[in-house]
Amino acid sequence: MKFLHLLWRNLMRKKVRTTLTIGSIFVAFLLYGTLLAVKTAFGAGVQLVGLDRLLTIHKVSLIQFLPESYMPRIEGIEGVDSVAHATWFGGVYQDPKNFFAQMAVTPERWLEVHPEIQLSDEQKQAWFRNRVGAIVGKVTAERFGWSLGDRVPIQGTIFRPPGGGAWEFVIEGIYEADKGFDGSQMFFHTKYLSETIEFADGQVGWFTFRVADPSRSAAIAEEVDALFANSPAETKTSTEKAFTQGFANQVGNLQAITTGILTVVFFTLLLVAGNTMAQTVRERTAELGVMKTLGFTDVQVMGLVLGESFLIALLGGGAGLALVSWAVNTGDIGGALFPTLYLPTQGVLLGVALLLFMGFAAGAIPAWQALRLSIVDALRRKG
Amino acid sequence: MSEPIVRVQDVHKIYSRGSEKVDVLDGVTLDVPEGDYLALMGPSGSGKTTLLNLLGGLDRPTSGAVVVAGEDLGRASGPRLARWRARHIGFVFQFYNLLPVLTAARNVELPLLLTKLKKAERRKRVEVALDVVGLSERAQHLPTQLSGGQEQRVGIARAIVSDPTLILADEPTGDLDRQSGDEILDLLEILNRDHGKTIIMVTHDPLAAARAKRTLHLDKGRLISETERRDRLESQVSTGQESVA
Repeated sequence: MKFLHLLWRNLMRKKVRTTLTIGSIFVAFLLYGTLLAVKTAFGAGVQLVGLDRLLTIHKVSLIQFLPESYMPRIEGIEGVDSVAHATWFGGVYQDPKNFFAQMAVTPERWLEVHPEIQLSDEQKQAWFRNRVGAIVGKVTAERFGWSLGDRVPIQGTIFRPPGGGAWEFVIEGIYEADKGFDGSQMFFHTKYLSETIEFADGQVGWFTFRVADPSRSAAIAEEVDALFANSPAETKTSTEKAFTQGFANQVGNLQAITTGILTVVFFTLLLVAGNTMAQTVRERTAELGVMKTLGFTDVQVMGLVLGESFLIALLGGGAGLALVSWAVNTGDIGGALFPTLYLPTQGVLLGVALLLFMGFAAGAIPAWQALRLSIVDALRRKG
Repeated sequence: MSEPIVRVQDVHKIYSRGSEKVDVLDGVTLDVPEGDYLALMGPSGSGKTTLLNLLGGLDRPTSGAVVVAGEDLGRASGPRLARWRARHIGFVFQFYNLLPVLTAARNVELPLLLTKLKKAERRKRVEVALDVVGLSERAQHLPTQLSGGQEQRVGIARAIVSDPTLILADEPTGDLDRQSGDEILDLLEILNRDHGKTIIMVTHDPLAAARAKRTLHLDKGRLISETERRDRLESQVSTGQESVA
């Protein structure tokens, strides 16, 4: 710690250069953290959902309806614990940019299958009782300033109420969601939809259910699909994990895209930071010689150069990671687009490892030169 | 007579310049007792700075022995030499070589960072060192805010702060005007006379050398003569010159 002042003063001797270098590292780690959070958002379910929850959709596509009558038949399969169904509503609040997910569900069953939804008993009962009642995630409630009892108009883009106009929902519950669950969604009674829209009656979007033994998930999925084989609405059942992964893959190979972008960014950054450190040592050759003259060992001088490099990386990278961390935890950088944004601990640790590597790699060659520097040669540069 | 603090025996230093070998020091033998104040004079290329570098453990002799404060500098490892320098040597450079980003006090503190002294103790020693060189009130100034003479005083404070066995000064007045140079020489003389510091100073300046107790003259890597202050004084008196002592 007693050398920290020296390291800091050395960094500050070229304020603009140091600031620009730290700034470039900051931006790179901001990008790293953001990409990581986005990647995690796409794969949130993949990472966090176990294998005990399965989804059954229409074999052709997710947007094709399935008969509601499938529910008891799925429930009848041995090993299936509880079944719920949902239908994508696709509504808009005031403006198309105010996107967030709404789904028509069977309230009691939906909550039973999704224990991640944290709702007080009082609010649960209020929701169960009110046919036009809805529950909404805290994120969305805060976003639009909704509170309990508010009447909320939602424009249907798929389902339009007879006579036109907007659907009206009463906010009966504001839930908090466990990490990884999309806490921006709104759920309302499927009855409200099916009793208003004739063609939606008896049709649902998909089924989701829990299995008692996750090791039997694959077998049960096969059993479900076999049950509806050769019917007008054949099914495709998979674990929620596989489903979410498939959904995420529609965007592209996020892992490859992220890795590609970050590799280019970090390589460029390494050149920038490495160049800064090389210049720093070149400009201070005589000073390093003086320090060795005063009794600093070769290794200590090398350590000071490396220390500067680490300090630059830690300041820039640390600030970048901290800002992303703060933004995804307390802010709303993704809005409704990425409601489950968060930085996984593993990713943060990888980020820290990356910035330490950056500090080492950028300073390694200049530090080695400082180590090998002969005092007599160094002093001769100035005198 | 006490054991000399510096003992140089038949030292050769050969540099290679391409295929050419240059004998910078050619069989130098020298003893410096504790408390001595020695000036090394000679024309450029005579080997005086090279000898100073050998005495400070900054370089190694090609052959011969350099023993300073009990350490055979030709045999010591690099890290050992560095630690030895920190403990026994105080360097004063021609161009001061202060770190421009550090205040005078922080520059003086640098050698103490290598010790196990606590911060408070380091500060105390820095204050004393700056007080000795008369720059207490400039402790928080950066080198760029000091005159050349003041920078050199800071350099001297840095050299003495760890209470070294030997002070090596390489042209300490070479970059200063006469008045500032005289002040620096006064200071070195005080350190030698009042604090008992052993000083070896390389200089081109006969007036600076005249402040030393004795002067060694080098030429082409060899010691060619030695003058003691008494001899010089007598010589000056007989020729009617003004005393420089």
